[in-house]
Amino acid sequence: MRIFEDGNIGTAIDGSTASTRDGLNRRDFLKSGAAAGFVLALQLPLGNKAMAAAPAASGFAPNAFIRIAPDSTVTFVIKHHEMGQGSTTGLATILAEELDCDWAKVKTEYAPADTPTYKNLAFGAQGTGGSTAIANSWPQMRQAGATARAMLVSAAAQKWKVKPEQIQVSAGVISGPAGQKAAFGDVAAAAAKLPVPKDVPLKDPKNFVLVGKQQTRRVDSIAKCTGKAMYTMDVKLPGMLTAVIARPPAFGAQLKSFDDSAAKAVPGVKFVVKVPEGVAVVATGTWAALQGRKALKLDWDGGAAALSTEAMFADYRKRVGGAGAASVTRSEQTASGLKSAAKSVDAVYEFPYLAHAAMEPMNCVAWLHDGIIETWGGHQFPTFDQNFAAQAAGLPPEKVKLNTLVSGGSFGRRANAWSDFTVEAVNVAKAISTLPGGKVPVRVQQTREDDMRGGLYRPQYIHAVKVGLGSDGHIAGWQHTVVGQSIMAGGPMASLIKDGVDETSVEGVWPTPYALSNATVDLYSPEQPVRPLWWRSVGHTHTAFVMETLMDELAGLARQDAVAWRLNLLKEQPRLAGVLKLAAEKGGWGKTLPKGKAQGVACHFSFNTYVAQVVEVSLKPDGSPRVERVTVAVDCGVPVNPDQIAAQMEGCVGFGLAAALYGEIEIEQGKVKQGNYHEYKVLRIPDMPVVEVHIVPSTEAPTGVGEPGVPPLAPAVANALAKLTGQRVRRLPFARHKFTQA
Amino acid sequence: MLNIKVNGETREVESDPSTPLLWVIRDEFGLTGTKYGCGVAQCGACTVHVDGKPMRSCSAPTYMAAGRELTTIEGLQSAAAKAVQQAWIDLDVVQCGYCQSGQIMSAVALLAATPKPSDEDIDNAMAGNICRCATYHRIRAAIHRAAGSLTA
Repeated sequence: MRIFEDGNIGTAIDGSTASTRDGLNRRDFLKSGAAAGFVLALQLPLGNKAMAAAPAASGFAPNAFIRIAPDSTVTFVIKHHEMGQGSTTGLATILAEELDCDWAKVKTEYAPADTPTYKNLAFGAQGTGGSTAIANSWPQMRQAGATARAMLVSAAAQKWKVKPEQIQVSAGVISGPAGQKAAFGDVAAAAAKLPVPKDVPLKDPKNFVLVGKQQTRRVDSIAKCTGKAMYTMDVKLPGMLTAVIARPPAFGAQLKSFDDSAAKAVPGVKFVVKVPEGVAVVATGTWAALQGRKALKLDWDGGAAALSTEAMFADYRKRVGGAGAASVTRSEQTASGLKSAAKSVDAVYEFPYLAHAAMEPMNCVAWLHDGIIETWGGHQFPTFDQNFAAQAAGLPPEKVKLNTLVSGGSFGRRANAWSDFTVEAVNVAKAISTLPGGKVPVRVQQTREDDMRGGLYRPQYIHAVKVGLGSDGHIAGWQHTVVGQSIMAGGPMASLIKDGVDETSVEGVWPTPYALSNATVDLYSPEQPVRPLWWRSVGHTHTAFVMETLMDELAGLARQDAVAWRLNLLKEQPRLAGVLKLAAEKGGWGKTLPKGKAQGVACHFSFNTYVAQVVEVSLKPDGSPRVERVTVAVDCGVPVNPDQIAAQMEGCVGFGLAAALYGEIEIEQGKVKQGNYHEYKVLRIPDMPVVEVHIVPSTEAPTGVGEPGVPPLAPAVANALAKLTGQRVRRLPFARHKFTQA
Repeated sequence: MLNIKVNGETREVESDPSTPLLWVIRDEFGLTGTKYGCGVAQCGACTVHVDGKPMRSCSAPTYMAAGRELTTIEGLQSAAAKAVQQAWIDLDVVQCGYCQSGQIMSAVALLAATPKPSDEDIDNAMAGNICRCATYHRIRAAIHRAAGSLTA
């Protein structure tokens, strides 16, 4: 099933046709070796235009991405969701580069839900994820900027009666050959009357003044440093109420009965309504809603009372080698290679459920009015959110107006194929709309505990791996089994699962950039009552750990240096080898360290970007690891905003380290143990290492940086710990282990 | 009815005095720069100053601020505050930004008490403020930069 450019869905379309219409399809990604967790095929109508057209342009709006006002203010319409990853600044930089506008006069706003106009060219749906924002927008934004610039130049040329080639544009000033000067606003009205030219030539990259430079600062820094940035949490509308929902205490639990008399008596509580998610208490303010929820008397059944994460691990271990495996890749030589091996590693790795734990707990404002449903939220996937909001409201998608606000982090949480936080807000708005005084906007706010205990986690996985080395040190056989829930199963992307293989479960193991012959990889995808979800870098969160710690162990068995060992297997991968060499050089790989410190290394390819990290690790007095320094080398093609690439690498290091050290969601008797940050520990400033980022200069098309810095961190730290302590971590997080220096 | 001096202006509080200060600040005073992140004083997104000292407003009943001076991110005026905000902007510290009001409030309080903080001082003063984007590397640098600009 493929998505057409017009947003409709076609079945039985061969890959080549889809490829020409979609730009990129799944097969292209596979061919390029890319693992993209977010390439979608949707079982949803996608032809929805924006509910309301963009505001009438009083200046010049040559395309859907640029408006120029008579006062020369340039407004860029940003099609990607800003969750902190800096894509607003990145897209604005690309547009401004080709437009040659004054960066100081740039304003940005977020696109309405309008799939045909604002779709992600990597997916065919409007949405942000898979580290694709810059990658898919690069040619599109360059063309949009260059086209607008050409029209401004034509208008000035006509005004001054000169040839367009005689005109220069720099930082928002248009200059003629006789010293004529015009601001964009001076010729905007005339430019608006010109036909839109096609195939306008783009700048020669050697003339870039913004792309690859350091002077473009984040467009949102000032608002976010003064408390003025508007998040969903901060939306204020006339008559708006706030709701919290009493949710099932265990996965699968059903409400038998409830008594809301005490809740309704709490001052400020306006309504108590049953919704599919539970019982919503709707009040004039957040505290009243919380007090009302506390006063509810609820009788739930036990739900999935047998569900336990420890039992799940035991079950997964038993599945290895049993029936029901899907084959990812198979080599006839694996078994014989393992049998004849001189040395081998035989290991089982265990990875827990992980919560995203974004700082802004999930929330959304919904309002049924004038025959439409209007929402305000962190709509990371407008195509999904618009359609699911419509279904919930019982309205056609064109009667859904989404207002997309910046969100307080996501890490995958807001890009879910069920639009849970949007749908629950619509459900509450709809439920109260029939009650007297209920036709008002309502913000449904999850508490931290609601958010953390609600599922939608990075799934729990195990890997069972046997690798054999021949007597000459070559890899003789590689038998690899992955067990864990499919993220795409059961959702609108299920059609992307081919022959039982959800490639987001195995990406990073297979395909692999390493020259591995004799490999056999199998996958089991058991179902669970806990809904799984993407989590920053998706499958690579666990696959990189297994592959990169194994590479270290194998190097040790072969008595080779860990970097040299990898380079020998990466002869056909110059860019991955390149970052590995750069990180090794800049991180001083192999240097003599004081006693009590050790280095570790890892490299990984994900989302079309190459990252290597060299870490320096010591132990705290209590035996827990302290990561002191991380040297990062990254090759992401043309570096659009070098400082933002560095920021993402720093953030990825901290995010990856949090999971490696502490991240674990445990379930007992169907209930999630961790509810808040004291139980689900995340990184705090004392644990943050010094991070040094080196960006490989490149003329290749830019690729993403939001996720690829995460995968190498945990294995690099594990490799350093093995060197320091002799202990090999096979179960995450590290907090489960006590380390002693060897 | 109790009074609080909010960003220099005396305000009467209508909410029940036991309401956590955070919800009075946000829902009653309409000052939304102060954020909700955890509700149990674990993340620091709700940090404000009460008589100049940092306080987690999500876990402080409003009556604790009665008759005292409350400063939120919107009311920052001091030289230290301006230096901190400028350093944050100069270094592009923010990512999602949701925690940053709280980070800045804690950093301003730190500099008021310790004008030239060491890395250890910074770790101690800022350990109660979670940033899930892990902008800590730049937070440290920005605090040093602000301290330098104040004593230059």
